[in-house]
Amino acid sequence: MTTAVRLRGVEKHFPRVHALRGVDLDIEPGEFFALLGPNGAGKTTLISILAGLTRATAGSVQIMGFDVIREYRQARRALGVVPQELVYDPFFTVRETLRLQSGYFGIRHNDAWIDELLANLGLADKADTYTRRLSGGMKRRVLVAQALVHRPPVIVLDEPTAGVDVELRQSLWSFIRRLNRQGHTVVLTTHYLEEAEALCERVAMLKEGRIVALDRTENLLRAGAERRLALELDPPELPVSLQHRLVAREGARFILDLPDYGDLEAILAGLRAAGIGIRDMSLTQADLEEVFLKIMRGGTA
Amino acid sequence: MSGFRTLLYKEILRFWKVLVQTVGAPVLTALLYLLIFSHVLEDHVQVYPGVHYTAFLMPGLIMMSILQNAFANASSSLIQSKITGNIVFVLLPPLSYLEFFLAYLIAALVRGFTVGLGVLLVGLWFADIEMRHPLWILAFALASGAVFACMGILAGIWANQYDNLAAVQNFIIMPLTFLSGVFFSIHSLSPFWQSVSHLNPVFYMIDGFRYGFFGQGDVDPWLGLAVVTPFVLLLSLLTLAMLKSGYKLRH
Repeated sequence: MTTAVRLRGVEKHFPRVHALRGVDLDIEPGEFFALLGPNGAGKTTLISILAGLTRATAGSVQIMGFDVIREYRQARRALGVVPQELVYDPFFTVRETLRLQSGYFGIRHNDAWIDELLANLGLADKADTYTRRLSGGMKRRVLVAQALVHRPPVIVLDEPTAGVDVELRQSLWSFIRRLNRQGHTVVLTTHYLEEAEALCERVAMLKEGRIVALDRTENLLRAGAERRLALELDPPELPVSLQHRLVAREGARFILDLPDYGDLEAILAGLRAAGIGIRDMSLTQADLEEVFLKIMRGGTA
Repeated sequence: MSGFRTLLYKEILRFWKVLVQTVGAPVLTALLYLLIFSHVLEDHVQVYPGVHYTAFLMPGLIMMSILQNAFANASSSLIQSKITGNIVFVLLPPLSYLEFFLAYLIAALVRGFTVGLGVLLVGLWFADIEMRHPLWILAFALASGAVFACMGILAGIWANQYDNLAAVQNFIIMPLTFLSGVFFSIHSLSPFWQSVSHLNPVFYMIDGFRYGFFGQGDVDPWLGLAVVTPFVLLLSLLTLAMLKSGYKLRH
């Protein structure tokens, strides 16, 4: 099957900034993919290159097998982009905006799909309202609808939930997830790492214009940060055989390193043999945020 | 081609929705010039034999309105879209730079012609206006409107803020149109200023346009067309090259 998004050696020099330094990336059809990185890492530049809003200095980019420069018509038809900025055209109502956007893609009589989009995004009663009169969250929904008027197989969302309330975030993600289940490839950037962790199967982390981590989310979580076992012991002492695992101690609470679940058995056996009881026990798992911070500080996953 | 049609429709709808500002206001401005200048000069000036000054003034005012509004439509639409950021709505779809160019060009002409027609209709109430050579009228309106529409697209893409655009409008467009014989015949000028006027392409636009109405002008309309046509071609090519390069639109 054709790769949904394919980047090869993509470089981007701006007059004063070297924004992308040789990015290679393949995103497969049907994936839910996250592009993470701190501000200035090159995420938006990368998305702009996919969308044809920015031209790469070197390298090639394909959307569904179509080169974004040479076959821009097919490439752009295959791509729906929700821009980061809350932009709108003050002259038009929501329905007019969506009809115009359909027309730009060569689609006429698109009202059935437009109505479906409006209903799914909770905009049905705003169809004839001027977009400029809508709240920020509502404007965001219109942008999502605009990106989808031509039913693109690949959907790119650039920080779609920045400054958006919880309710919209939930309804937006359930809609995007449904589109993903129907086969759309979804690429998103976000600063909310728990969102990426919950939604995305695969994650790429960008730092200073380079991909520094690229793996399935669960692999990153497993490899990225240490698993820890917190124990509250009675009496509060740790057998000598377990001292090498100790990471920290606060009173009766001992934090032990647990690189492998298999070690759990040995730890419990050691405690039992020393006649030490367990009052409380918890396992702390790394989340994507920890992994992210660790990688951004210079480590690798 | 349907993407082009939609963009053209959107560009026309954009000014149509605010008709009072985009057509009403410039027609009123032209009417004020007409009232004041004809009041002051009607009894004192006769440029062409048998043509009242008010009638003489009309084609100049119509052409000035076409030029200024063709420029204003393209440039203000582009700068607004750039500043608000909604230019992405037309950059993301599969529109070619040629479609982009034609849509903004034709919409600018439609706006210019709408205002020009408005000025003509108002003017008919004040003066008898004959139209001896409609083809010359049409030819000069189209060619001249296209030149200013291209300048509007170029300025709209080049400008980073409204100030830049206002500078072009006040220091280039206004002097060019005002000093081109809208209100007078250049034969009334001293020889030095006559020759200066001959360097202004807008002079040929207005003179040729006026020839279409009265069958007389300061220079031969064919000469005028020979001067204006290269400008149409040059500016169209320049605009197309700029759009193709992605200058200030696709970084």
